[in-house]
Amino acid sequence: MTTLTIDHVSRWFGNVVAVNDITMTIGPGVTGLLGPNGAGKSTLINMMGGFLAPSTGTVTLDGEPTWRNEDIYRHIGIVPEREAMYDFLTGREFVLANAELHGLGPKAADRALATVEMEYAQDRKISTYSKGMRQRVKMASALVHDPSLLLLDEPFNGMDPRQRMQLMDLLRRMGDEGRTVLFSSHILEEVEQLAAHIEVIVAGRHAASGDFRRIRRLMTDRPHRYLVRSSDDRALAAALIADPSTSGIEVDLAEGALRVQAVDFGRFTALLPKVAREHGIRLLTVSPSDESLESVFSYLVAA
Amino acid sequence: MYDPTVARLTYRGLLGRRRALILGVLPVLLIVISLAVRSFSGADDQVASDLLGGFALATMVPIIGVIAGTGAIGPEIDDGSVVYLLAKPLKRPTIIFTKLIVAIAVTMAFSAVPTFVAGMILNGNGQQIAVAYTVAALVASIAYAAMFLLLGTVTRHAVVFGLVYALVWEALFGSLVSGARTLSVQQWALAVGHKVTGGDIVTSDVSLPTATVLLVVVTVLATWYAGQRLRSLTLAGEE
Repeated sequence: MTTLTIDHVSRWFGNVVAVNDITMTIGPGVTGLLGPNGAGKSTLINMMGGFLAPSTGTVTLDGEPTWRNEDIYRHIGIVPEREAMYDFLTGREFVLANAELHGLGPKAADRALATVEMEYAQDRKISTYSKGMRQRVKMASALVHDPSLLLLDEPFNGMDPRQRMQLMDLLRRMGDEGRTVLFSSHILEEVEQLAAHIEVIVAGRHAASGDFRRIRRLMTDRPHRYLVRSSDDRALAAALIADPSTSGIEVDLAEGALRVQAVDFGRFTALLPKVAREHGIRLLTVSPSDESLESVFSYLVAA
Repeated sequence: MYDPTVARLTYRGLLGRRRALILGVLPVLLIVISLAVRSFSGADDQVASDLLGGFALATMVPIIGVIAGTGAIGPEIDDGSVVYLLAKPLKRPTIIFTKLIVAIAVTMAFSAVPTFVAGMILNGNGQQIAVAYTVAALVASIAYAAMFLLLGTVTRHAVVFGLVYALVWEALFGSLVSGARTLSVQQWALAVGHKVTGGDIVTSDVSLPTATVLLVVVTVLATWYAGQRLRSLTLAGEE
């Protein structure tokens, strides 16, 4: 059992607060750290991995601080986001060096390379690897000492769908084996597919925590805004507002369109085409006006 | 204190094709010049001393020191691959000490060895000149490697600062301002070289005891502080 405890952790760089008073506990199994780019995920992962001191608060692994504590790395495996990794070595030389730095030998290196299925290219220089191959070798270097905590910063970035599936399978297996696996991502679908437990970070703050269904519901149940253009805006508006799924409509004369606020996402999306057909109204434009990830997240923060 | 794996990674990084080429240019140039001088003007102790002191010790050794010292750690910190060393149960001073040993060895190999060869070509070690400058280069290699390794942990522009120190401070100020000479690795190394020859063909502005103390203090302090820098090195800043 390995538990990572983040207790009232903040981190600022000069005047910029990157992480703002976050408290969370990461236990065995796969946890997804979700948030838009620049939310403070990497800063948080760096503090978890002992590469950055918290400005206030503590990060501990089973009670031991991770900052300035080299012995903690016997239990942590880290897959950094950055690409650089001794490109002049072959994959096997790289993983073997990582094993040796842990006081282990070629056996551990070979086992790790087999786990990520990279034996076939292990004797090629890393500089010739594709993005996905690099990611797998990084993964092998993090697994070489059989760590109980695995930290991965945006591990799926730049991977093709097949590589993504392979890595997801691997991480799922690691979680099932009882390891504590934490990975960050800014893509909801990625996190949803893999992590049973999700922590959401927005603008340095801890926005939500829990299983993905709850978070998914929070995300879809918020009021949705649509911009709608049709052959008869006012008739459409009258018909839509009669239904409880619509909470407000504004006739935007400048845009020549309706601004519709829907409270029941599922019902509204079924209602709109039905109403239009019944009234013989042609829909010209239906576009969500706040579907950006940032607005989804900022809604979560307010919730 | 010394980790063979860290050493291997450092050697391979330092002696990669392009860097090894840069490291090799000045030694080759020194030997070519020595061959030319010897064939044109024959064996002359003063000319040998001028060339070894003016080019080998004053220019070549510090530049090789900059490339090897900063190159032993700077690029890894720069591109973030140092994380693979830091995320290990390894004492940070062990990493620094190992890299220092590698930087010293590379600086010595690319500066002291060619200095000796050039000295033998120039006057066949007459008046112990070849040996004296070789010893001076060996001594200077240690201090330069330590200083520039520290520089590599302090700034991303370590090579530029290192070259400014080597060329402006050591070469230019050193020859114009006498005070600067007391605080010059080159002069400390020359003090040791002077002791080897016993004569006045190799001279230094600094006495041997002062030079020895300063060499030891600078090397130890720089290494210690580089270890401290690595302990508090943070890897965030991409966001």
